[in-house]
Amino acid sequence: MKRVYVNEKWCLGCRLCEYNCAFANSGKSNMVNALQGKTIRPRIRVENDKDTFFALSCRHCEEPLCAQSCISGALTVEDGVVRVDKSKCVTCKTCILVCPYGALSLDETGVVQKCELCLNNTVGAPACVQGCPNRAIVYEER
Amino acid sequence: MRYVIIGNGVAAAGCIEGIRSVDRETPITVISEENYPVYARPLISYYLEGKTDLPRMLYRKPDFYEKNGCEVLYGAKAARLDVESKKVVLTTGEEIPYKAVCVATGSSPFVPPFKGLETVKNRFSFMTLDDTLALERAIDENSRVFIVGAGLIGLKCAEGLLHRVKSVTVCDLAPRVLSSVLDEESAAIMQKHLEDHGMQFYLGDTVTEFAENKAILQSGTEVEFDVLVVCVGVRANTSLVKDAGGSVNRGILVNERMETSLPFVYAAGDCTEGFDLSLGANRVLAILPNAYMQGKCAGINMAGGEKVFQKAIPMNSIGFFGLYAMTAGTYTGPEQGGEVYVEPIEGGIKKFFVKDGVLKGYILIGYTEQTGVLTALIRDQTPLDAVNFPLLRKSVTFAAFSPEDRRKKFGGVV
Ligand SMILES: Cc1cc2nc3c(=O)[nH]c(=O)nc-3n(C[C@H](O)[C@H](O)[C@H](O)COP(=O)(O)OP(=O)(O)OC[C@H]3O[C@@H](n4cnc5c(N)ncnc54)[C@H](O)[C@@H]3O)c2cc1C
Repeated sequence: MKRVYVNEKWCLGCRLCEYNCAFANSGKSNMVNALQGKTIRPRIRVENDKDTFFALSCRHCEEPLCAQSCISGALTVEDGVVRVDKSKCVTCKTCILVCPYGALSLDETGVVQKCELCLNNTVGAPACVQGCPNRAIVYEER
Repeated sequence: MRYVIIGNGVAAAGCIEGIRSVDRETPITVISEENYPVYARPLISYYLEGKTDLPRMLYRKPDFYEKNGCEVLYGAKAARLDVESKKVVLTTGEEIPYKAVCVATGSSPFVPPFKGLETVKNRFSFMTLDDTLALERAIDENSRVFIVGAGLIGLKCAEGLLHRVKSVTVCDLAPRVLSSVLDEESAAIMQKHLEDHGMQFYLGDTVTEFAENKAILQSGTEVEFDVLVVCVGVRANTSLVKDAGGSVNRGILVNERMETSLPFVYAAGDCTEGFDLSLGANRVLAILPNAYMQGKCAGINMAGGEKVFQKAIPMNSIGFFGLYAMTAGTYTGPEQGGEVYVEPIEGGIKKFFVKDGVLKGYILIGYTEQTGVLTALIRDQTPLDAVNFPLLRKSVTFAAFSPEDRRKKFGGVV
């Protein structure tokens, strides 16, 4: 299955992936409207170790602890992709407690959000990858 | 021949998915005492609180059983296992032959024989959807609710009811709230928060006698109430295996493949006792993640696959009115030769329990960011000198790991 991978040697730390992610998942058609003046809540996160930057997002594990631990059944695996049914989430945060990759967070309404490889929005393929200026983020089979 | 699953909770759902990942053909029969498709049991308090409803509480999609080739016998109860002839016998006398059976019977509320309990008209347990619906029918905005037990279930019940009733009073023999997961210092923070929201506590105190709408506590305090909920604890439902001659302690004993000591009999979920790797000993880990993972493991093995489940630790994330307690592992203090690192934070606390160079457990109140990274340190017994542990104690970041570790974690299929 294709997944999102990051080569930290090539990551510039520009955080465009975070903005593209937030925009892709905003449901808006204009980036300025979607993001201006707002705290963005991307599903991919750029961290740094001094001068080394790296982006982190869901691994879509073969045996995802988040989905296996979800107390509401909101997190499930569909064709290898870990999906979230936000209407079922009660924000118990058990998924956050168990994910070794720190890949789940809360959206602006307070329920869990995570990378769904942009299958949950109209972009249809990972926006973080498409917008990465240095091709540090790739979407490929490994 | 068919696979039979006794019980229809999350462990059973895991078992069904496990079987079907190996064997798409052989029919499965599910014996379900409760009259509902598998639902998210922990959500019963959220239901009372109005944060979910019955359709959304379904753990799987409505076509789950059909798609997975399962026949569900609703309202049916297994009375015994006939291991010799490989049959489950129902209370009705009906016999169901099996190729392999999974006992996923969960646990039952334990109700101590309180003096005068039978005089209380409105008394409930808080375990099932039916308990919840009955409790809901018994309350109104004038109800004074008395809950015995300040553990996870008692307090979740209290939270669910608080805004729907006049008052909620909780008593517990333990001197603190959530005594199974919090220590004194962290429990005090949570208790204060709950009191600020209007709950009332009598801790280190228990009921000596009930007299209709009144409880008389050990301390002499009298509590008047309209509705009583008893949440003092749960007991694993082990009798099917025990009566058939299988090994049982506090829970049904299983190995890493979820096999019991009886041939072709597997067990999973709250009814079992498994190895807690943070403790280095067996214990009943009555938590949902375990139920699912054990169920899935059992299912794969029942169907002829190969699977072991071994990385079990206690862990819990529980929020009350926006303040969360996240806990994991075992709290090895100085008495057990461990070290404790405490980081005070605004409105909460972080405590880390370290022993033999690895993280054994933690208690986090008011901090919930990416905490699974810490849980993984316990589960994987990661040597702490391989990470920047002081940094992780402040906040969770992958900057605390070496580039090589990061590449391993994020560079391949996991
Ligand atoms: C209020 C509440 C809150 C909770 N919150 C959390 C939480 O936040 N996080 C967490 O990890 N866990 C939580 N739990 C625990 C969690 O619900 C359990 O660990 C999990 O449901 C166990 O699943 P199980 O399938 O093993 O057992 P169960 O869900 O108990 O299912 C067992 C089923 O088997 C049936 N059964 C028993 N005997 C028979 C028989 N002889 N024949 C036929 N059927 C039988 C029972 O009726 C039951 O329906 C909570 C529990 C409660 C009650």
